[in-house]
Parts: sequence; structure tokens; C-alpha cells
Amino acid sequence: MTELTLVEAVNDALHTELARDGSVLVMGEDVGRAGGVFRATAGLRDRFGADRCVDVPLAEAGMLGAAVGLCLAGLRPVCEMQYDAFSYPCLDQLITHVGRYRWRTRGTVDFPVTIRMPYGGGVRAPELHDDSPEAYYVHTPGIKVAVPSTPGDAKGLLAAAIRDPDPVVVFEPKLVYRTARGEVPEGEHVVPLGKARIARAGDEATLLAYGAMVAVCEQAAERTGVSCEVVDIRSLRPLDEETILASVAKTGRVAIVHEAPRTAGFGAELAALVAEKALLHLQAPVLRVTGYDVPYPYWQLEDLYVPSVERVSAAVRKLVDF
Amino acid sequence: MVLLRVFDERALVYHRQGRIGTYAIAWNHEAIQAGATFALDEQDWIFPSYRESPIGLVRGMAPATILQWWRGHPSGWWNPLDWNVASICVPVGTHVPHAAGLAWGKKLKGEPGVAMAFFGDGATSEGAFHEGANLAAVMEAPLVLVCNNNSWAISTPISAQTRAETLADKAKGYGMPGVRVDGLDVLAVYEAAREAVERARAGGGPTFIEAVHYRAAPHGTADDPGAYIDQERVETERRQECVGRFETELRDRGLLDDELVGRLRSEAEEAMRAGIAEAEAEPPADPRAVFQHAYAEPPPDIAAMLEPEAHSD
Repeated sequence: MTELTLVEAVNDALHTELARDGSVLVMGEDVGRAGGVFRATAGLRDRFGADRCVDVPLAEAGMLGAAVGLCLAGLRPVCEMQYDAFSYPCLDQLITHVGRYRWRTRGTVDFPVTIRMPYGGGVRAPELHDDSPEAYYVHTPGIKVAVPSTPGDAKGLLAAAIRDPDPVVVFEPKLVYRTARGEVPEGEHVVPLGKARIARAGDEATLLAYGAMVAVCEQAAERTGVSCEVVDIRSLRPLDEETILASVAKTGRVAIVHEAPRTAGFGAELAALVAEKALLHLQAPVLRVTGYDVPYPYWQLEDLYVPSVERVSAAVRKLVDF
Repeated sequence: MVLLRVFDERALVYHRQGRIGTYAIAWNHEAIQAGATFALDEQDWIFPSYRESPIGLVRGMAPATILQWWRGHPSGWWNPLDWNVASICVPVGTHVPHAAGLAWGKKLKGEPGVAMAFFGDGATSEGAFHEGANLAAVMEAPLVLVCNNNSWAISTPISAQTRAETLADKAKGYGMPGVRVDGLDVLAVYEAAREAVERARAGGGPTFIEAVHYRAAPHGTADDPGAYIDQERVETERRQECVGRFETELRDRGLLDDELVGRLRSEAEEAMRAGIAEAEAEPPADPRAVFQHAYAEPPPDIAAMLEPEAHSD
């Protein structure tokens, strides 16, 4: 075990997986010479060469489209989207091809594309450096989605994504890239997709969250003194329904927390799951603490948008006071 | 060329008979499709758009497979690795980056192989075309871009598509050679493609070929070009269609006679008769195919749909 920051753990995973499998290559904007704008790909070009850590022209759809062709050639591309909102052009290829090509070949060809990107707000950045676009990706058939909240999971989930035969998108919470520190296993470390993590055990209320919101939920649990079970979803698709439903069955109260806008956000899916499969366990209405249905704000006002410890704490009190 | 022509003519009939669904007509595009692919080896890849749906025939793919694609039956979706023919790309131009990626991947792996992508004049307005062409040029990928400029993108004429004097001019912006050929002259297309393939194999990177002609048939079975096209021009174009033109040329040189012409045509017609019969004799699609193949290992909710009792919400 070594103590690493979350972004160092991402870098560790890339070094480990490139060393393990010669067919893996990293591609993106500024990933090679610069080592990534967040240094997530630092050292890869020097160690593995410019053909395995490739600076591509600035074209996100073209990059992801090229990744489809690389898969047909038998390679395993890992595409970095420089920022959440800069990934939107790639949705064209993601929706029309990346999520459909295995199906289109009737399961005869693997498309082991990994897309990783820093996401989320709170970093005092210019417009379109703050989005939480996970719902667009989860909604796309054929795509898997993971969101780590700890350095250990950042390494393990990324390794699982790279080894997975299907396209996987990994959202890395940039707010805690350098503030989340934790023990990370050295060498190969894989955290399987589809398994949630109990970040904090409790029996009065369940807080469902992922990414940077997990720590916010933990702090809210601390602040309110209510016995909250914080479930770190980790894998949005496939989703670990079992762990979520077991927690709801235990607590009977649920709040869902994410940074993305509320309407048709991933929280709506979680709320529907609870309504369909755990309704009779509920002692209070399911609550959502989310961003709002407006563009991510001017950064002087962003703290009003990103779910805060105060807003989550208020939701917890509302649940137990119902 | 004859097989491609007969496929197209019969496919149109099968559509009118209700035996296949909507069909994108390829009539008079045979010189481009046959001429360009004739310059390839089996190790090379073809990336077709819907206009090149029958292109697999040049690699020996069964007509039944392609007919099943147009019939919406799962058996029409082939394994690209079996033929080095990518799946038919429906959204315009979005397969250009795939071809660029495949070509680049071959180069990275040190494997032989060239990629050839087919797309229309309208596709050159798409971002995907630009991004794919640019990436291929930067990576010096062994790619041949074959632009089927038939002057129309459904009802949008080339004059409303670009202010560039020729589409081949666009190649300069990517730092690759751009060649303009008569799209009805199969030998001219072949020669341009052969040069491009040779250059690609030698490490010279991609080439853009603009094969120019005028669409002499509707875009597809759901299109009525009477509303927009110049019918007199269409009639002129139909009189100089590419298969007959090449046939005349070969006859003039004494390389083709009635016997061979008749045999090629009847063999192709027989292949189509057998193809549609084979397609229609295939059992109906297995309903389980709705839920298969989206993932290598389906998530539990999708896996559950493969159980018959799960089909009610």
C-alpha cells in the first residue's frame, strides 16, 4: 500500500495497465508531452513511447471514432476527454457507434474503449469546466459508467474499465483530485464494475451518492448526528441494486445526492428503483439533493449550486422528521 | 460491376414486392465501388456507407446476408473481421474516423493493411469527415478516402453543399493528395485507387479521391427526386451509365462478347434468386436477439430480460 492522491492513483493505474498489456494505449489532448492538464498521464510518454501515449488533434468525436477503428485493429484505447463538458462532441460517436458496434456485429467483436474524464464543479474554473454529464452516458445502451470517490477505487475501477471487453466511461471527481488521499494497493489492483461500496454504515437514513458527493454525504452524516448509511454507488451501469435495496430496507429513508441537474438526472433512476423495489420499506418520501435545471453558474455563485453539507444535512433532518 | 448492378436492380424489385425494406439505391455507382475496391488486397479494409451496402459482394459475401440487412433480420449483421468489411454506416460520414483509426492501428501494430472509406459529397460537410481525414493525415495512416460525388445529398445539390471549386481541393487543407476522377469510368477510378493504395502501403499516408458523376436514380426507395432534380439530365446520365460504358469499351477492344456478357448477367441473376430465397427461408429472428449482444456480459437487468417471464413491465 502507498498513500496517493486520487489523480496519482489514476496515473498509477495507467502505468500499471500499459505495462501489463501491450495493446493498451492512451490518447487525448495534451496527454503526451504535457502529461495531461491534471498530470493524470504524467510519465507515460517517456516510459511507453509516443505511440502508446498519443497527443491527438483537438477533436473529441474524431478521437473516439478513431478508437472504434483501433479496436477493430485489436488495440485497447483509453481516451482522455480533457474536461467533462468538452466531451460533448464525442457523444455523437458514443451514441451512434461506440455503444452499438458490438451489437451491430452480433457480439462477434469487442470494443474495449475506455473513456476517462475529470468531472464536476467547485474548482473556480471558467464556464464548461464544471459539468456532471454522467446521465447522458448512462442513458446510452452498450456503455458502462463508473465514478470513483477514493484513490483506491480510482485505480481499481480504471483498471477494470481498461480490462473490460465493453466501452466504459470513468468520471473522475476533479474537485478531490488532489485532496482525496488514501491507501492504494501497489501493482495490479482491480475493483469490479457493478459493486457499490458502503462508505459509512448507519441505520436511520441512506444517502446514495458518487464521486465528490460521497465526502459531502459523510460530512452531513457527521454534522447531523443521524445514523446515516452512505452508499458510494461507484458503478452507475451496471448498478448494484442489491446493496442499495438492502440499505433502504434497513433504514427506510433515502436521499440521493448528485451535482448534475435534477430533471432526468441519475437520481431519478435511483428514486425509481427504490419506488419499484423498496416502496414498502419507505418511512419517508425519497429526497433528491442535486444541482439545478440551469446552466452551471458563474463561479462566484457555484457554491449555491453544488450540493453542500448544509443542503444534504437539511435533507437528512427532513427524512427523520417526516 | 455486373454483380453490383444486378444486386441493385433486383433489390429495387424486391423492395417493390415487399420482400425487403427501405433500400438505398446504388445504381450507376458500380464503377466507383468496383473500381476502387479492385485496387485492394484481402487484408485491406472497406468501410461502406449505406450507398455501398452490397460492397461485401466483392469479397465473396453472400447476397442473402446483405438482403437480410435490408430485411431487418439479425443475420444481415456480419462479423467485420470475417470479411475486413466494416458494418454499414448509416449516419453520414461518421465512419470516416473509424477507417482512420483502423488504418492508424495497423500502422501502430506494424501490420500490413490499408483502409478504404466510402462516403458521399454531403459527408464532406460533416465534422466527422473533417476530424477523421485530419487525424489520418497527422498519423500518416494508410487510408484511402473515396468520395462518391454524385452531385446530390438527397435533395441538396453540391452547389448548396460547398463553395469549394472541387471537393478534391479539400485534401490540400489536410496536407494529403486530392485526386478528381470520372466516377463513371471504372478504369479511371481503379487507377486513382491503385496509386492511392500504393502510396498508403509505402507509408505515404492518406489520399482523397473525388469520383464525380450525377445521381441518375433516386436516393432511396422512399425518395421522389421529381420534386428537385433535373429530369432531362437524369435521362442523359442514364444513357451513359457506367456498366454499359465499360461493356462497350471492352467489346470495342475485343475482350467481351455476347456469350460472356450473357453469362455474367445470368450468373448474377441466379445468385440473387438464390440469395432472396435463402434469406426468405431463414427462420424468423429469435426474440432473444433484442437483448443479446449489447454487452459482452449483460448487466443483470438486461440478462433478466432473456428470461421469458421477464417480458412484462
